[in-house]
Amino acid sequence: MLHKVNTQTKIQSINEFVIKFANVNGSGSASANALFAKTVLRMGVVATPRNIFPSNIQGLPTWYEVRVSEAGHLAARGDTCDLMVAMNPQTWEQDIRSIEPGGYLFYDNTRHVAADQFRNDITVIGVPLTQMSNDAYENPRQRQLFKNIIGLGALAALLGLDTKAIEDLFTEQFKGKEKLVAANVQALHMGFDWVKTHLDDPVHIKVKAANTVGDRIFVDGNTAASLGAVYGGATVCAWYPITPSSSLAEGFANYCAKLRVDKETDRNKFAIVQTEDELASIGMVIGAAWNGARAFTATSGPGISLMQEFIGLAYFAEIPAVIFDVQRAGPSTGMPTRTQQSDIMTCAYASHGDTKHVLLIPEDPYECFEFGALAFDLADRLQTPVFVMLDLEIGMNERLSKPFQWDDSRNLDRGKIMTEEDLEAGNKFGRYLDVDGDGIPFRTYPGTHPSKGAFFTRGTSKDSMARYSEEGKDYQENMERLLKKHDTARHLVPAAIEKRAEKPTRFGVIYYGSTSPAMDEACQLLAQSGIHVDLLRVRAFPFGDEVKAFIADHEKTFVLEQNREGQLRSLLINELEINPAILVKIVHFDGAPITVGFVTDVISHKISSLQGA
Amino acid sequence: MTFMAKPKFHHPQLQKNALGYTRRDYEGPVSTLCAGCGHDSISAAIIRAVYELDLPPHRIAKLSGIGCSSKTPTYFLGASHGFNSVHGRMPSVLTGANLANKDLIYLGISGDGDSASIGLGQFAHSVRRGVNMVYIVANNGVYGLTKGQFSATSDKGAKSKRGALNKDEAIDLVGMALQLGATFVGRSFSGDKDQLVPLIKAALNHKGAAFIDCLSPCVAFNNHDGSTKSFDYIREHNEALNSLDFITGRQEITVEYKPGTVETVTQHDGSRLRLRKIADDYDVHDRIAALSYMQQRAAHGEIVTGLLYVDPEPQDLHAHLNTIEQPLNSLGTHALVPGQTALDKINAAFR
Repeated sequence: MLHKVNTQTKIQSINEFVIKFANVNGSGSASANALFAKTVLRMGVVATPRNIFPSNIQGLPTWYEVRVSEAGHLAARGDTCDLMVAMNPQTWEQDIRSIEPGGYLFYDNTRHVAADQFRNDITVIGVPLTQMSNDAYENPRQRQLFKNIIGLGALAALLGLDTKAIEDLFTEQFKGKEKLVAANVQALHMGFDWVKTHLDDPVHIKVKAANTVGDRIFVDGNTAASLGAVYGGATVCAWYPITPSSSLAEGFANYCAKLRVDKETDRNKFAIVQTEDELASIGMVIGAAWNGARAFTATSGPGISLMQEFIGLAYFAEIPAVIFDVQRAGPSTGMPTRTQQSDIMTCAYASHGDTKHVLLIPEDPYECFEFGALAFDLADRLQTPVFVMLDLEIGMNERLSKPFQWDDSRNLDRGKIMTEEDLEAGNKFGRYLDVDGDGIPFRTYPGTHPSKGAFFTRGTSKDSMARYSEEGKDYQENMERLLKKHDTARHLVPAAIEKRAEKPTRFGVIYYGSTSPAMDEACQLLAQSGIHVDLLRVRAFPFGDEVKAFIADHEKTFVLEQNREGQLRSLLINELEINPAILVKIVHFDGAPITVGFVTDVISHKISSLQGA
Repeated sequence: MTFMAKPKFHHPQLQKNALGYTRRDYEGPVSTLCAGCGHDSISAAIIRAVYELDLPPHRIAKLSGIGCSSKTPTYFLGASHGFNSVHGRMPSVLTGANLANKDLIYLGISGDGDSASIGLGQFAHSVRRGVNMVYIVANNGVYGLTKGQFSATSDKGAKSKRGALNKDEAIDLVGMALQLGATFVGRSFSGDKDQLVPLIKAALNHKGAAFIDCLSPCVAFNNHDGSTKSFDYIREHNEALNSLDFITGRQEITVEYKPGTVETVTQHDGSRLRLRKIADDYDVHDRIAALSYMQQRAAHGEIVTGLLYVDPEPQDLHAHLNTIEQPLNSLGTHALVPGQTALDKINAAFR
């Protein structure tokens, strides 16, 4: 079936478009969708996929959106797509609506769809996928799975995908299972040949081999962070399953199985415990770190809420702990499979009483790896919890990223540890003595020395020799020292990165984490229309001096984030004593990935209204 | 005053153990618990057990939660690292510590509020994981630090000091420990040193999850008429109770008294306690029989004490996790960080 539209209105594009797959979850579509994105990448064209999925295993709508961009843009473009692969009758209407005028609809026309169910300003391509699959396969599961591959073959023919690249991917995926490879190749060509035989090149958006991918890798942030934990020397992982963080702990288990099994004894240089709840997870992390192992947990907002009391203990008793928070939409259960940056405030000030914590905020898988490893050095150096703030968008979507790098001369920084030799040499040990003036005391591991260096760790107040004390002076000195330590952290965490506009401007934008590709592209688009903004990507809390300087340097600074309250803005106002009037809140918090369209529109609108005022 | 150091001087003739330590070397600062508190007797029993076992004090890590019981680690083993964590969460902290260094001995001290109420989940899960530890609950059936509320081990029908009647069923930690796979389970009394010290010694020698429910009277809030956990009377009659002779890791206990003897202890406030020593036909290696026996005797209002169950071949969490012999906390950069060559291969797999 091919609806006639004026060919003049058809979208024409090579290597710059958005394709969206609408599926039912549990239908096996995910692997075929991933093959699509990887094929484009293998053709040397940048492709960035995003999974939009429900908190459900089978039967509910799910989408897979791929931004194809030879120019290298990684962000979600906007709310529309150029080609919709509509495989889910449940969402048919909204899927049809989201196609750009002049765009394309690809669907399975095995079952008749009434003419009034289409739009007349799009090109409709019907392919009898189910029919072909049912004719070729007996087994219901095979019919389902191969239908997806037949569809991929049809798309390959329509868009000009390199079928050889897809076949190579089959070979890699089903290594050693030649029968499976052959069956997939057959299904692929079934779809491909059908299009070539029955249709006359109806789609005018194409993928053409290019060379824009380079040596970049295609990986998700959770996997990258788990690898960071391996390189950061983590040996203990205690975790409780929660979307969207589970794949981080599972990734750690996978890498440990490959990289951390002692070859001689076949025994593990790691311990991973799936706990009964998040309280036990953080409790084990704290116990292990107290005892000198590098330990972490991975969780999301609800887990952070549960861990609050323990986080306060680690802060006050000064025990390292690394917590990966893969943020999702809150509050409460919120939207478990949707992305947000809404735990910034709760992590920065986690637990009751006066507390302040170190946050590292990666923008992509490369930084997930880098900060994932760094977090362990910082936690040991500062003897305090360190949060790595991912979000679902970074954590669960594969995207192009610089290849991981490691400096082989780098040693794990275990911080200030007093050893048996130090104690034997007569070095004075007071667990909470600020001997170096940086607020960081020395610690001993349990079991170090028969008669020296033992101390009692507690969540109650104590003096500098770790003796229980309710003296106001002891308490206050300790709390002041903790503040000094937090200030020391400012110089150890990754600095914010500034990008100056081509022309001088009164306006700055502060942003962080997964907002970065949308912001980068929006900045280019705004500049093309004569709007210039300086950018500052914050990568950590506490804030370095460069953050305050950037704000001071601009008349207005927009703070762009993915939560309702403008949490980072509040943190900036509170910690740097900034006049709230000069920090303009811009928020995007519907749970969908932030788009270039949103950022461009909102900043140009804000600036024009400010200039008009 | 919040901290009281003990005077350092002591009798020059104090007996030394095989390591050359006196019993004083295993003590801590002065206890701030109420005079006569059962918990102090448990501390003393721990000191004696560790001294007599010739254990180097710094090779023990003592961990606790929150409450009167959890304060006690301050008062024993002053040369050991201690960790007073958060309420009900000692088991997870201990588990983590154990994962980091399997070579230390882990002594977890908790109370009935800490383990049977807020920490019931962590108690259960640490036991079922088989963490190599000695987990002692100083059980007095009452919240002491908050002044006398019922705890979850208070017996149904017990009266509080203020006269309130407990209508909730009691949680039986021994029954749970047996059911959840603890490989060493005992119950004892803070006042019965002869029984408690050998039991602790045996537990310290056990390479798996060892649990001891130690009834320990609260002299301030649960020592009155109508209480089922007031033990002044038992302390007064301690010599009348059976005690364990000597236990090593895998040896069954030896009982001084005739097997099957039941003692009914009527306390000065009128409450009664019946104690049953382990019968000669009682098999300490039969978990199911132990559970059944405990419940049968409990139905008769008796409390069975002693070593209740021991698995002579326990497997601990490290065995389940197949960790290397060397403690994880001793591994350095070379052992842990795979380096750029491995990373190149990983990068290649993502292209």
